Amino acid sequence: MKADLLVIGGGLHGLSAALQSARRGVSVILVERHFLGRHASGATAAGVRTLGRHPAELPLSLEAASTWHVMKDLVGDDCGFNACGQLQVAEDETALAKIRDRVFRLEAQGFTHERLIGSNELHSLVPDLAPHCLGAAWTVHDGSADPHRTIGAFRDAAIAAGVQILEKCLVTGLVRHSTHWLAQTSRGVIEAGLIVNAAGAWADQVAALAGDPVHQAIRTSMMVATERTSARVKPVVSSLGQKLSFKQTVQGTLVIGGGSQGKLAPDRQSASVDVVALATSVGAAVRLFPAVRGIRIVRTWAGMEAMTPDHLPVIGFSHRVEGLIHAFGFSGHGFQLVPSVGRAVADLVYQGSTDHDLSAFDVTRIAIERAAA
Amino acid sequence: MIHDVVVIGAGPAGMSAAVLLRKFGASVLVVDEQPAPGGQIWRGIERNASGPIAAALGPDYEKGRALTAAFRASGAEYSPSTQVWQIEDEWTLFLTSEGKARRVRARAVLLSNGAQERPVPFAGWTLPGVMTVGAAQILLKSGGMLPQGNVWIAGAGPLPLLYATQVLGLKGQVSGFLDTSKGLNFAALAKLPAAWRDLPSLAKGLKWQRELRRSGKMIRGISELRAEGDGRLEQLEWTAGGVRRKAKADVLLVHEGVVPRIHETLALGCDHDWNSTQNYFAARSNRWGETSRRGLFVAGDASGIGGWTAATVSGEIAALGLAGHLGIQVDIDAFRRENQLDGRRSRALALRPLLDAFYTPPNTSIADDVVVCRCEEVTAGTIRKVARTSASDPNAIKAATRCGMGPCQGRQCGYTVQAILAEVHNLPVGDVSFFNIRPPLKPITLGEIASLGELENAE
Amino acid sequence: MFRSVLEGPAAQADMTVLVNGAETPAWDGETVAGVLLRVPGAGRTSAVSGEPRLPYCQMGVCFDCLAIVDGVASTQGCMVPVKPGMRIESQQGPREIGR
Repeated sequence: MKADLLVIGGGLHGLSAALQSARRGVSVILVERHFLGRHASGATAAGVRTLGRHPAELPLSLEAASTWHVMKDLVGDDCGFNACGQLQVAEDETALAKIRDRVFRLEAQGFTHERLIGSNELHSLVPDLAPHCLGAAWTVHDGSADPHRTIGAFRDAAIAAGVQILEKCLVTGLVRHSTHWLAQTSRGVIEAGLIVNAAGAWADQVAALAGDPVHQAIRTSMMVATERTSARVKPVVSSLGQKLSFKQTVQGTLVIGGGSQGKLAPDRQSASVDVVALATSVGAAVRLFPAVRGIRIVRTWAGMEAMTPDHLPVIGFSHRVEGLIHAFGFSGHGFQLVPSVGRAVADLVYQGSTDHDLSAFDVTRIAIERAAA
Repeated sequence: MIHDVVVIGAGPAGMSAAVLLRKFGASVLVVDEQPAPGGQIWRGIERNASGPIAAALGPDYEKGRALTAAFRASGAEYSPSTQVWQIEDEWTLFLTSEGKARRVRARAVLLSNGAQERPVPFAGWTLPGVMTVGAAQILLKSGGMLPQGNVWIAGAGPLPLLYATQVLGLKGQVSGFLDTSKGLNFAALAKLPAAWRDLPSLAKGLKWQRELRRSGKMIRGISELRAEGDGRLEQLEWTAGGVRRKAKADVLLVHEGVVPRIHETLALGCDHDWNSTQNYFAARSNRWGETSRRGLFVAGDASGIGGWTAATVSGEIAALGLAGHLGIQVDIDAFRRENQLDGRRSRALALRPLLDAFYTPPNTSIADDVVVCRCEEVTAGTIRKVARTSASDPNAIKAATRCGMGPCQGRQCGYTVQAILAEVHNLPVGDVSFFNIRPPLKPITLGEIASLGELENAE
Repeated sequence: MFRSVLEGPAAQADMTVLVNGAETPAWDGETVAGVLLRVPGAGRTSAVSGEPRLPYCQMGVCFDCLAIVDGVASTQGCMVPVKPGMRIESQQGPREIGR
């Protein structure tokens, strides 16, 4: 098998890079060792959020935010995007002060996507919110989407654009020759000019195979989904300083996340739910929305995703190996960035450069010294 | 305190295990989601001490009385109306009763939570008025409820035969018995030598069948069953002898065998084996009932369908295995031998291979318009369509269709998704897995999980 | 759809429960799921499509017996034995928040 580009990893970042590269006329093979969206992309709360982002991510995030509003143009489906807005609530004066400072700082830098609102406006936006909440940062153009619908849409669009997708295909070896890669996989050998490493929680393994070893951690963030409830909560809600994200889906289920960590298996291939640790996010949810106390949890899960020490992703060319582009390490907040990161990566694939400043995402930050030859 | 053993399920297997473990001096906590002991087969046994219900239920029901009394007298701690919603190693169990979550610790766990009916979707199976034969039996045992109006039974296996004779014995009405089995019957069984080892069961089955035949209501070899009605069951359609037939119906009781409950062992990552005669997964266990997880044992129908007599022996064997695991000073091999546990077990299971071979699981392809996932109302057609372009992994189907995301967490749809994937990908059914199962094993409230945080702080 | 064999000619019951506000006879040993089958209109409606459902398995694996019991919604009726004066209400569609 042969292509211009081999994308390793069938999550949303891999699919987005594959799709947008293929649309530029690049021939693309995408390999995924389980099934598309099996890990982080399938486990995400699918928050579409510019709110609270690190300043380095804002340009990519703001571009992505615009795309989410017209996602149909990109992938032929709106991916269930609901522009319900996002709120970061302050439950005490300290939190309110921190939010106020951040919003002012952003405004000073010319960013107007976050707005500080007081208790009255907050409680009129979310009537079920507990009375002790003092105010919030409010991003009216944010919202949330349907992760599985998004995966399906990116997949269909990628296939329509000519991407060849191989599932249950594990990469076991990568050898760089002068002008191309030879990838050993469980489904045969693939020759490609370029590789995009979008292997999420196992991107470090792919990087090691490629000769560009890096160090990353694995996050095992847990999520809870409840029975279907009658719709009442519109925005996605988080709380500064709390491990909480709270949303109501279009089906009416409540989806509660926030980064409580599950248990990573010793072999780093799976993660399980730690119900006592879950008490933290669920407790925060019940404190913010006392009326949901009696709602029943139907299922929980622990996703696996890559995490970097500074919680910023790794996007850009490898400095040590030719023909390798990294796109991983989104540390729990990669979903919203999918359309714009894919565009930037496609730029790198197609023309070797992009208009986005990727210096904050440089792979050198996490590179491991290679043993001397 | 750390219990020696937590037993999950107070049916024949669980009660037998608890009684023997107590004889060995082990500390035992028995947890069961029902309000009284007995499991499914002996449901309500303490309440139905005398009167018309007990009489109608027959001699098998009576046999539970002595064991239930022994269980009550055994000194095992017993927590009824309690659900287990998470098990963590080694071993912490999270329970809920009366809306409050709590945590218990044990050195070993015995899963004896039995079986459930094999879910077999067909057109109209979600209509009010359609339910399982097992459900009807439970209603009979809990308050003496009998179905009214045009009552139909459809399916195959010993249980519908038994139930039909129980109803007729109580002067209840059965409009018809639609037999989906492939033409073999108990009379044929009598011709086979191995069957003689369990004469009582054989005689029992023959008696039920004869009674039904005499009633004139049995229709053999039926297929393509459809339940129809506007908001509730109103009529049935089926094919028999190549002819399509219709009848008015108010209640339809269905049954196509039972399968072990596996959510707990799946969630705990135990190895499972595929039973290809009866199409179910069961946790792999050794000759003492221990699974691939140390200190986790299974007994009774939860370990493989065998009926109540085999379940009681299985519970005793597991109790021995647990005693060995706990280091209790008992010669478990000698006990096993002296009490002829293996002999009793094979006698109890003598008919099983024949029953399994005669009452094979239905294997007709499910029509596109039939609802497979009752909770999320996902049809076979939707699943089939997605299956064609997805990996042969039920979790991919779940992600794409929401099938399996509802409260029952795949208990009613998991095997059907497996079958459709096998059909579409041309694989042996047993090569396709079941859904990934995660806590909670029962739907507890947000408040209950939040309260665990307080539990942590209190400890 | 179902009747108790324990119901004598005088139609005596062991107790009374309230089903959607109406007094209803009930028998010792019955569960709420049994009551849902006996009383017309007591069953739930689906949170997905609104279609009516009645209990299917009686043993906790189908969730079609959900009802609001003594004010607690999404209660599996087949797990709850009836008690005198118990308040049983139909759960229509999705779960209400705050109930």
